[in-house]
Amino acid sequence: MLAQVTTFAIDGVDPRQVWLEVDIRAGLPAFTIVGLGDTAVRESRDRIRSAVLNSRFRFPDRRITANLAPASLRKAGPGFDAGLALGLLAASDQLPAASLEGCAVFGELSLGGELRDSPGALAVAEGARRAGCTRLIVPRQRAREAALVEGLEIIAVSTLREAASVLAGAPAPPLPRAEVEPAPAESAPDLADVRGHEVPLLALQIAAAGGHNLLMEGAPGTGKTMLARRLPSILPPLSREEAIEVTRIHSVAGLHARGLIQTRPFRAPHHSISAAGLAGGASPPRPGEATLANHGVLFLDELSEFGRPALEALRQPLEDGEVSIVRGQRSLSFPTRFMLVAATNPCPCGFAGVEDRCTCGEADLRRHRRRLSGPLLDRLDLLVDVRRPADAELRGPSHVSSAQVGERVAVARERQRARLQGTGAGCNGDMDARAARHTAALDGEAEAELARAYTEGLLSARGRLRVVRVARTIADLAGSERIGRPDLLLALSLRQRLAQEGVGVG
Amino acid sequence: MSARVCPDCARRAWLLERLAGHLEPVRERIAELLELDDRALVAAVGGEHRSAIEDELERQEVSELEDRAERAGVEIVCRCDSAYPVALRDLPSPPSVLHVTGSLERLTALLEEPSVAIVGSRRPSSYGLETTRRIAGELARAGLTVVSGMALGTDAAAHTGVLDALGATVAVLPGGADVAYPARHRRLLARIRERGVAVSELGPGVMPRRWMFPARNRIIAALADLTVLVQGRERSGALLTAEWAARLGRGTGAVPGQVAGPLSAAPHRLLREGATLIASAQDVLDAVYGVGAVLVPRRRTARLEPSLTALLEAIADGEEGQAAFARAGLVGESGMAALARLELDGLVRRGPGGRYLAR
Repeated sequence: MLAQVTTFAIDGVDPRQVWLEVDIRAGLPAFTIVGLGDTAVRESRDRIRSAVLNSRFRFPDRRITANLAPASLRKAGPGFDAGLALGLLAASDQLPAASLEGCAVFGELSLGGELRDSPGALAVAEGARRAGCTRLIVPRQRAREAALVEGLEIIAVSTLREAASVLAGAPAPPLPRAEVEPAPAESAPDLADVRGHEVPLLALQIAAAGGHNLLMEGAPGTGKTMLARRLPSILPPLSREEAIEVTRIHSVAGLHARGLIQTRPFRAPHHSISAAGLAGGASPPRPGEATLANHGVLFLDELSEFGRPALEALRQPLEDGEVSIVRGQRSLSFPTRFMLVAATNPCPCGFAGVEDRCTCGEADLRRHRRRLSGPLLDRLDLLVDVRRPADAELRGPSHVSSAQVGERVAVARERQRARLQGTGAGCNGDMDARAARHTAALDGEAEAELARAYTEGLLSARGRLRVVRVARTIADLAGSERIGRPDLLLALSLRQRLAQEGVGVG
Repeated sequence: MSARVCPDCARRAWLLERLAGHLEPVRERIAELLELDDRALVAAVGGEHRSAIEDELERQEVSELEDRAERAGVEIVCRCDSAYPVALRDLPSPPSVLHVTGSLERLTALLEEPSVAIVGSRRPSSYGLETTRRIAGELARAGLTVVSGMALGTDAAAHTGVLDALGATVAVLPGGADVAYPARHRRLLARIRERGVAVSELGPGVMPRRWMFPARNRIIAALADLTVLVQGRERSGALLTAEWAARLGRGTGAVPGQVAGPLSAAPHRLLREGATLIASAQDVLDAVYGVGAVLVPRRRTARLEPSLTALLEAIADGEEGQAAFARAGLVGESGMAALARLELDGLVRRGPGGRYLAR
């Protein structure tokens, strides 16, 4: 007899429908699974057999063939276990076959018959709704996550037996109660903890308001990481769609199981990361740090220590807001809309400009600069020097709180959204040269200063565009429609310096 | 394009290039060897080719040397000519022919001003680079001529400091006067030649050999009234330049470094031996003209607003960040904007680590 169950494979971060067909015929007892599965799928035979028997069902001593369709899609992971087991029960008449109609199943089985926590439930739930399913069986641990999708009955079960009894007509167990959303903990990083660092705080605010990527330069231990960690706290809160996307990605990566993620992600990969680890890749392709930082902040500490291939791999994610990974005949795309914050020492020893402590030679500095240069620097609109705060500053009061700054940022973002409608850019940091020309609105004095900086050789052509973008954001923060001279000067002081500056010889 | 070379000097110039390879193994004694006359030099290093070289030497024509220089766009002047820099005649072995790119006229004009050689390590620290640049720039603004060797590090920083102050500078090259060595400094050589000159003892196109560096150093020392050493290790080549300067009766000066730093070995040794301590361009001017006779020109700051003037002073005193802002009554935003204005006006620039430095 033949039974069919709907489930979903995770393809990149998106669900793809998979039909599980289980057929039981007379013949020598055997259990084969076909349909381009990986090792985990092949091994599920043994898990299913034990789980079925341990759940006090009968395991048919006949010839069992399971097929995972479409046969052309590569299927990985243990998430098909529960679907196959229920299909087997239906095919062997231990479960009414009709009960599986319109119901999707997802989850890994233990030998004892329990449904185990399986990453990607939110993506599966989205797929189920899109495919027109009405019910979805998921492991209990992932129920809250799956329940984020509206218009779908989530059946949260912890054992195969429980799943079978619900399908046979028993009432579904109640959903586990939502965990109380942990109120923003006292320990959440807040700008109010920061002492001193007046200028870096300003730069953070501008970066957040305009979506500008930021480079922080400073000696070791001056607080670059501490500052970067506080950037998410001043970004506007995630919209519901953004939150669901973030949750789905984190769920697929196996990072999250409890409800909706409400805070913007902050990812700080170590500099030994590979290109695939940063941008996504491997086989089957998995999201990289750039995707995990989607709608949040990607922080690269010690930028010059990152491998060149890894940094090169960030190029497309930064330019396009997504990365496509091609494997064989197929191409997958992962969203990568993050803000990049990078930190670097000013020189290999880290102490350039700190009295006489720097011991680096010209060649070292040159090498350091060269490692930093390249396409990535092009995308970093802001450069701020982070210095050790003075003793008096450390003992003084803090400048601002995240809530205050967050409000200003939100207002500035709103101004941008209204102005940039129809240009394809969502914030000032996304403006191309054309959008900048049409919307920047420099006043006469600012225009003159910009021209002077350009002719004096302080700016390259691209640097000029970056300064205009940043000046636009500064004006937005100040609530003015035109970019004035002070706005432009401030932007100039936070510009990226040309490669040869800061090295002895031009 | 002038070509003023007598047959004797032309032959000597040819001989030096012909013997370039022969001089390499005996470069330790290059100073004495260069003092020998043509015959003795051939006898000393010619080896088995001695007679062939002597025959060839007899056949050398001035016109050949002149043609080659003309093709390369290099001016030549020999030590018997009145346009030859007088200062070089103090050497026991003045270069027989001086090759000049830029222009000979310009070289003469530049050498009419007091000249200062700035030399030092090829791998200086950022402190050394900054000091070199600053002093060189200020000397150029005070009207002095800065001489150096266009080597990596200190030399290049000296030239760059002058060029950034819109001054002219003299580069004494080890190889041909048209050969950028190190090749990385091709751009720098072009910049030097726009307003200043590059000179060499050797003909156009000659690639540097190791003996040419100490030989070049003697020319630097001779051209300058004062040789300032910035940083150098125990056995720095820059010490040779300073030794030449002392031998020629020229002044020597040294910029002190960190007490224990390896790069302080050479300058501190000079200081111990009686060199003038150089901490600023003013020290150089005092050494050249007498104390207080000429002052480093101050940059125009008359039109600046009071807050900008205060900020500039704070930076010149080495303050930065909030401390500097506080002195000028500024805060983060207005302070940064003020810094950008000073930078646009060319009154401050960004040094290592992005630090603001007064020009």
